[in-house]
Amino acid sequence: MSNLFDLLVAGLATGAIYALVAVGFTLLWQTSQTINFAQGEFVMLPAFLMLAAMHVGAPFWLAIILGILLSMILLGLAFKMLLVDPMMRHGVLPLAIATMALAIGIKEAVKQFFSAEASPFPSIVPTGDITVLGHVVSLQSIGVLVVAILAVFGLTTLLNRTSLGHQMQAAAQNPMVARIIGVPVERMILLTFLINAFLVALASLLITPIYLAKFSSGEVLGQAAFIAAIVGGFNQVRGAIAGGLLIGVLDNLAAAYVSTQYRAAVPMIFLIAVILFRPQGLLGRAEERTV
Amino acid sequence: MSGFAKPLKIALGLIVIAGLIVVPMNFNRYGLFILSQWAVMTIAAMGLNLTLGYAGQVSLAQGAFVGIGAYASAIMTAHGWPLPVAILVAIVLSFAVGWLLGYPALRVQHHYLAFVTLAFSTLAFLVFRNESWLTGGIYGISNIPRPHIFGIATNKPLPFYYVCLGSLAIVSLAVWWLIRSPWGRAFMALRENPLRAQSLGIDTRRYTLMAFAIGSALGGVAGALYAPLTQYIDPVPFNLSLSLDLLMMVIVGGAGFYFGPFLGAMIAVLLPEWLRFTEGYYLMLYAIAVMGLLVWSPTGILGILDRYMAARRTKAASALRAVAKSRLETAQ
Repeated sequence: MSNLFDLLVAGLATGAIYALVAVGFTLLWQTSQTINFAQGEFVMLPAFLMLAAMHVGAPFWLAIILGILLSMILLGLAFKMLLVDPMMRHGVLPLAIATMALAIGIKEAVKQFFSAEASPFPSIVPTGDITVLGHVVSLQSIGVLVVAILAVFGLTTLLNRTSLGHQMQAAAQNPMVARIIGVPVERMILLTFLINAFLVALASLLITPIYLAKFSSGEVLGQAAFIAAIVGGFNQVRGAIAGGLLIGVLDNLAAAYVSTQYRAAVPMIFLIAVILFRPQGLLGRAEERTV
Repeated sequence: MSGFAKPLKIALGLIVIAGLIVVPMNFNRYGLFILSQWAVMTIAAMGLNLTLGYAGQVSLAQGAFVGIGAYASAIMTAHGWPLPVAILVAIVLSFAVGWLLGYPALRVQHHYLAFVTLAFSTLAFLVFRNESWLTGGIYGISNIPRPHIFGIATNKPLPFYYVCLGSLAIVSLAVWWLIRSPWGRAFMALRENPLRAQSLGIDTRRYTLMAFAIGSALGGVAGALYAPLTQYIDPVPFNLSLSLDLLMMVIVGGAGFYFGPFLGAMIAVLLPEWLRFTEGYYLMLYAIAVMGLLVWSPTGILGILDRYMAARRTKAASALRAVAKSRLETAQ
């Protein structure tokens, strides 16, 4: 039993990070039909931006701020203006391919300009263990879970409780009508890109201390976030959150109870089953079929 | 390419074919390997072009079929079977698996289908890696023999390059025939408008499955050649990134254009080699080149050519119209 409890906590902590990444992924899809195959690399890069800032002598807190700002400029603004905007009208597929190329580009750039080796990364959460309900739980897991939940809570509050959030949702659901009733759709789309960049930077900050900073670490993370987003519901923020937590827990349980060799297969089979029996995702609403 | 006169096109084709046969004769080992790799990847990309470019079904699993073909041929030739038999088995096997993979396409489309096939790709990789009694696991299979064709040993790089080139020629002719047959037209109808295709009496179910199966079978052929080409296989080359690469080849070359895969594979296989003098920067430059190309022309390289030809034709047509109009006016 104690084993199961530990697995659940650890699973929820990774799941919370998947959720952060998956939320950004669904935001981009909703507002601009962008399937970002570089989302995993988007999580990998901010950690290296922060490490680079520390290399030139910035203290950790300043490096974090610089990293988040740079991430919002590069992965938010520049990504939208240089790649998404020129390609948006050409449909989903060419843009998806372009983001694959972007993923290769980011990976190689980090390998070339920084290091091919894994680098340690300082933790914003104190390391160590505490005892909860008679179980030893690592502070890092708890810290990651708390920060991720706060971020997601903040985002859903923004989306559901503020007028800005309502404008964003309107822009995402029906750009034409939103434009007619005076929503600055373009600005709202840019905002979702900036939010995505912020979320990936935050995820980077949370996950890198655990798995080290490595140029190739985005691959697994990106795939997990895709699965989370689809399982939960491609067109729903709360779907992405639920999907993230579910995949995190499932992955951890699979590693313990199925087999370490086929642990990666469990989320995949789950994904196929969900797509075939409930294509809109567990919490998603069905999209109208366009002919 | 319809702007060219037909004899000119034939002459151009013959020159390219002659070049592919003659020029590599004084290439070194490595150059021949790269060129053989281009031929093999072109075959795989042609398969994906059938599925994606002609039938409009997004697949991120073509790399897995290259893997299935490669393992089938490696395991069989290691047990003493001749390569042609192994290729046949690879075709049948990947055709059958591809047919099964087509079933999700009957239910979901576009990005959902992309993710189902992506999941399949990862599952196939796990099987290659974990079923070591069959695939050798992470240690892979080494010393894969190269075949004797008509009594000639193809152990040396040049003869085996001709094996790859010859296979490419056969596949090219088969695909050329296929896309001009009623099947090819049914595929395109499926891509353009599935509902209308159905109302015209096309069995969309059967053709969707067929598009996946035939496309996957060509992936299997490519794999069956890849194994003797490298003479060593392990799971790593057949992971998800091969599927992504193949998809990139098809889109960059021009999806739905017959010559798209040839150009796409050329860019994906040869461009990084040409850029190798830039040392560590070559994949970065490659990525930037792909992004730049797609921003400029989302329909790939052949899309640019196609637009240029279309513009020229419209120009020529409007010039003809102007002449005809002025003649009419003078006649009145």
